[in-house]
Amino acid sequence: MERMLMKGNEAIAEAALRAGVQAYFGYPITPQSELPEYMARELPGRGGVFLQAESEVAAINMVYGAGGAGARVMTSTSSPGVSLMQEGLSYLVGAEVPCVIVNMVRGGPGLGNIAPAQSDYFQATRSAGHGDGRLIVLAPSTIQEAADLTILAFDLAERYRNPVMILGDGILGQMMEPVSFPPPVQRQRDLSWATTGAGEGPRRLINSIYLDPDELEQHNLHLLEKYRRAQQEEVRWEAYRMEDARLAVAAYGLAARVARSAVDRARAQGIAAGLLRPVTLFPFPVAAFRQAAEQVRAFLVVEMSAGQMVEDVRLAVEGRAPVRFYGRLGGVVPTPPEVVQQIEQLAAEVAP
Amino acid sequence: MKQVTARPKVLLDVPMHYCPGCTHGVAHRLVAEAIDELGIRGRTIGVASVGCSVFMYNYFDLDFQQAAHGRAPAVATGIKRVLPDRIVFTYQGDGDLAAIGTAEIVHAANRGENITVIFINNAVYGMTGGQMAPTTLLGMRTTTTPFGRDARQAGYPIRVVELLNTLRGPAYLARVALAGPGNIHRAKKAIRRAFQTQVEGKGFSLVEVLSTCPVTWGLPPVEAVRWLEEHMLPEFPLGEFRTPEPREAVLMPLGGGKEG
Ligand SMILES: Cc1ncc(C[n+]2csc(CCOP(=O)(O)OP(=O)(O)O)c2C)c(N)n1
Ligand code: SF4
Repeated sequence: MERMLMKGNEAIAEAALRAGVQAYFGYPITPQSELPEYMARELPGRGGVFLQAESEVAAINMVYGAGGAGARVMTSTSSPGVSLMQEGLSYLVGAEVPCVIVNMVRGGPGLGNIAPAQSDYFQATRSAGHGDGRLIVLAPSTIQEAADLTILAFDLAERYRNPVMILGDGILGQMMEPVSFPPPVQRQRDLSWATTGAGEGPRRLINSIYLDPDELEQHNLHLLEKYRRAQQEEVRWEAYRMEDARLAVAAYGLAARVARSAVDRARAQGIAAGLLRPVTLFPFPVAAFRQAAEQVRAFLVVEMSAGQMVEDVRLAVEGRAPVRFYGRLGGVVPTPPEVVQQIEQLAAEVAP
Repeated sequence: MKQVTARPKVLLDVPMHYCPGCTHGVAHRLVAEAIDELGIRGRTIGVASVGCSVFMYNYFDLDFQQAAHGRAPAVATGIKRVLPDRIVFTYQGDGDLAAIGTAEIVHAANRGENITVIFINNAVYGMTGGQMAPTTLLGMRTTTTPFGRDARQAGYPIRVVELLNTLRGPAYLARVALAGPGNIHRAKKAIRRAFQTQVEGKGFSLVEVLSTCPVTWGLPPVEAVRWLEEHMLPEFPLGEFRTPEPREAVLMPLGGGKEG
């Protein structure tokens, strides 16, 4: 397979093209603009639709229209843009329209800055806008993984008829790494639900309004059932040097790359550290953490936020082991020595 | 006896939820007749918006997408771009189109999206109980302009067709009124022409339909029609403002005023 040196944003765009994306709607924002730019260049020539919307609000609603009409469709943005897309995300979830959203997170709140951050974790994993509803959230740590997860994202979106978010941080979009792409696969797609206007069979409806509370409760229970199924079938994570670990570092995305170096350095100093890296942030790898809690003396969660995923780790661990947090904010990336220091401290505290 | 009219095929035989005397029902019928007459029933997708017409998909034998408040033009854009051979239309109130959805309609029109927009201007928010709309007339009392709309505080009624007519994107722009048989007949022609514009691939079409909301206006249906004629027609002149050929803006009066 040919390997190419690509920027993360471009690798995601190319992966989406190979996954058969038919339409892209978006609005420029740093640090993800290479993605719409790539689409603008490549998509029309490959038989798809590129449109720069007048806002993120419009973009996500175009996604809703195209997705509802049965197209493989995506958008991409960064933090303030996702805030504007929350309205549409809620409708997409409610009407069960599949689509892929890329969020290359930048420092916030507000306009913040364009430096890489992980501070949109809550926004991504807790709820897709108002009402009870979830996104499936995938968190790549390398550019190769970003490409692979993009292809997976389209399949998951259609399997669950739910929006899927690729949550990366700004650096993942900007840095370059070698990447290779699998050959395109022709997929059987079930469009029996889509408003294709084909005029055959009963009329179809893409909708999220249920005035009767009992009916809406049923609909919500149906959504919950989907998420429960995803929790059983789609949980993904990576365990690194965890076999004999006595201390687990938990991190995702870019922070996990830093944590991995820190684990290696700690090991060199004789500390039995390991890394647990969630790849799906929703559904969260609860069982992996619960199991690790039987083995390790403590967890250290490293994030580029004020501490968001740490809540999921605590919920998973359920008090079986102490969970410590180390985070940098505002677009600052933690360094391996900083994390090693945290590991050393924690190891000293929990040593038998 | 000779049958002069029948239920349009695309309109389902179910009771509508609109208040008695509300002109949403008339507008639905005109849309349905246009679809039937153009023979596009088998390839049309509707986009319902937020407002009293939110459930309109229950009345049409068509695929429909329900859009968020104001976003119907963006949703229609998404559908039309991936299914360019389908006929895609939105049906939006004045709150939906001219307040929360101003950006979406302006940009869809400016792109010349090959979609059709049916814009119901009843000068109020009907569904939420009669609050001020962007099209509420000066001096008009609504639940949020209890002393009458005052331009210094709440600005002026927005003339959507004139606003969109400043853009180069639209192909067909018209304003009609559901007041009396003559006007309704002209409304029907305009709506049909708007769909025809899309069928011929000529680009964005919009028909503003002056309508009544007897319930929140606090008037019996017949008086509401009279009120529309007396108060709305001077503010919102009728006519075809833009037709596909020639491209120049031409004001060809469709004829307004009272029916004799
Ligand atoms: C985001 C959002 N804001 C507010 C509302 C509440 N709302 C429902 S209908 C409506 C006004 C609709 O008025 P209009 O478009 O004029 O249609 P009409 O009911 O008069 O036919 C409003 C404000 C909503 N559903 N969503
Ligand atoms: S509130 Fe007004 S617009 Fe709504 S159905 Fe009743 S009369 Fe019609």
